[in-house]
Amino acid sequence: MTALLLLPPLAALLVGALAATPVSGVLTRLSGVLTSAVLLATGIALLAHRGPVPTLGGDLLRADPLSALMLAVVGAVGLTATWAGLAPRPGPDEGPRPAVTRTDRRYAALVAVFLGAMAIAVTTDNLGLLWVAVEATTIATAFLVGHRGGPRALEAAWKYVVLGSVGIAIALLGTVLLYAASRSAGEATLSWTRLVSGELPLDHGLVRVAAGLAVLGFATKAGLAPMHSWLPDAHSQAPAPVSGLMSGVLLAVAFYAILRIRAIAYVVLGPGLVRGLLLAAGLGSLAVAAALILRQRDHKRMLAYSSIEHMGVLAIGAAVGGPIALAAVLLHLIGHGLAKASLFVVAGRMLAAEGTTTIADVRGLLARRPDVAVPLVVGMTALLGFPPFALFFSEVAIVLSGWRAGLGWAMALVVALLLVVVAGLVRATASMVLGPAHDDAPEAAGVTRAEPSAGLPSPGHGADRGPTTPLVLALGVTAVIGFVAFPVGDVLARAAATLGLS
Amino acid sequence: MSVAGELPVMSSTAAATAQLIALAAGALLVTSVLVVWRRELSAQVRLLTVQGVSLAVLAVTIGLSGPRSARAELLVVAVLVLVLRAWLLPWVVGRRLRAGIEAGDAAREDGARLNPTASLVLVALLTTVAYLVSRPISAGVATRAGGGISGPAAFAVPVGVCMVLIGFLLLVDRRRAMSQLIGFLVLDNGIATVAFLTAAGVPFAVELGVSSDVLLVVLILAVLSRRMQAQLGSTTLDSMTELKD
Repeated sequence: MTALLLLPPLAALLVGALAATPVSGVLTRLSGVLTSAVLLATGIALLAHRGPVPTLGGDLLRADPLSALMLAVVGAVGLTATWAGLAPRPGPDEGPRPAVTRTDRRYAALVAVFLGAMAIAVTTDNLGLLWVAVEATTIATAFLVGHRGGPRALEAAWKYVVLGSVGIAIALLGTVLLYAASRSAGEATLSWTRLVSGELPLDHGLVRVAAGLAVLGFATKAGLAPMHSWLPDAHSQAPAPVSGLMSGVLLAVAFYAILRIRAIAYVVLGPGLVRGLLLAAGLGSLAVAAALILRQRDHKRMLAYSSIEHMGVLAIGAAVGGPIALAAVLLHLIGHGLAKASLFVVAGRMLAAEGTTTIADVRGLLARRPDVAVPLVVGMTALLGFPPFALFFSEVAIVLSGWRAGLGWAMALVVALLLVVVAGLVRATASMVLGPAHDDAPEAAGVTRAEPSAGLPSPGHGADRGPTTPLVLALGVTAVIGFVAFPVGDVLARAAATLGLS
Repeated sequence: MSVAGELPVMSSTAAATAQLIALAAGALLVTSVLVVWRRELSAQVRLLTVQGVSLAVLAVTIGLSGPRSARAELLVVAVLVLVLRAWLLPWVVGRRLRAGIEAGDAAREDGARLNPTASLVLVALLTTVAYLVSRPISAGVATRAGGGISGPAAFAVPVGVCMVLIGFLLLVDRRRAMSQLIGFLVLDNGIATVAFLTAAGVPFAVELGVSSDVLLVVLILAVLSRRMQAQLGSTTLDSMTELKD
């Protein structure tokens, strides 16, 4: 079992290295899919494993049920984004596939490294290594965000790297102070299991500062308000599969770090400090997202703001705490990851087909391009938290447990803000999807709409069509996962239990 | 920076250690303030080199005063700090800076929002804030100083916190891409300072990972600033305002 822990990072490294060299074009094309599949399989195998928690190299790698669940989520969302993001098989009249270029190879290698870094982040017990891995995701995605080139992608990449690194530097300061606290308590360690055990006499003042800084730092990476300003830029400028990965799981991995820090703060200090921080950040994120989704004109930016909204819901769930809310938070992570990754891939196809992501320039998608419109509508329904999708159950569970925990006013605010978000998203989606196939409105308004079948000079990652199976699978899983008590409910309960009964 | 004033009577080695720590911490603080004051970018890079050397001195001092078992590891870390922060990072930034100037970019930070006087007043305020917010940290480390960490190190912690705050100030105040990069490095040196003063550095494996992450971030930002100059013809961040709601 312990050898399994080494599999994801090694596979990512190997695939990344091979994809970077001109050994095999197929491997370069499939690097993301292969790495994600390994992550997913390893995660499921670790989830199925009962008995002692597998550890490796002291505190370096360790997979308790929460780690295993996160690994499986990273794999599943990665599989959705990369598989659906594959360029379609060329038709009989389109000639052979374009050759794999150097840019393609760099892209493939970086995606594999990105996935590997996330795998290490969720399967390490050492908070220092967790920090290093989260920062490594910034490094791997820096050039992926700027992959399309041009001033806008460059601006997004610069903001992303500067703000991401500075934010995560605050988390390093927090981690360092936690280490100092453990050292003063007589056992210098960064092992999460040791710090959360409650056996070390950690200095309260020091842990208070450390936990506050670490939560603040990782919240920047998780896109929580008020440190969210890089997120809409980076997520709207990156190629669609990368946007899907960043929105779907990178935010979740950063949030996972917050969950771990929160558990330590809870054991040492009680619920007060981190609950306050997370509640403020969660409500702030919901408010920011609600305000900006309502007047959003760009589809991809709208999806990015929706990610901020869902991170806010997660923060509120973590602030509420308790086994039910925490299990709901994990369910929400899964549902949001799968739905958001699908939606970003669909947004990429829409961009390739329509030549724009401006909401007002897209009309009658359902009549003209049902292959794009149907997954868009289904994905949006999932994202909005309508039943039977998982997000419905998780949001209801979070709000109800918040109510019972005495946070009624906050939950009322959450529900009101969620309704605003729903209104904004429904309006935008309806305006894009509905309408006649060919509107007779004069198109001379400066909008140059690319012909769908004209064979756009696609950069290889944004064609207007592609595999449908991954979208069906991802959205199907989101639809049924809320009903499956076994094994899903069991797994969620076990994963939430590793965070303590807080 | 009268760190020595707060110390009880001690042996001559301990006194020398305390003075060396105070000296290194003082040098770190002074160089950070000078980075705020100087507008010449190449001068700021030279100050970063001095800062890297001071940080290495700090690491060696703390390593030699600590328990014998941890000594070798800390000396290796000190060498790593010296190579990375006193040589490699300033070299990368300086190289990019010279290439930029040759291509017609400004050699001075000319877009700062605050004038030098105002920014120095702000630095004085930040130093005061740093001393206030560091109190729980210093107290937490000093009260239970087990073995390795002694009083003087704990009481110099505000210097590290102040460097972090000055790094933030540089990032907010400066408009040139290279200035922001320098601000990030001051911030990062501040975190390393806090790490050495409170916990005699992080475990070696983590230190290695942190160092390589910082190096990669700096390399990436250098590449992005080159692209910025090539595509936008300028490296002021005011030329990047296309993305907004």
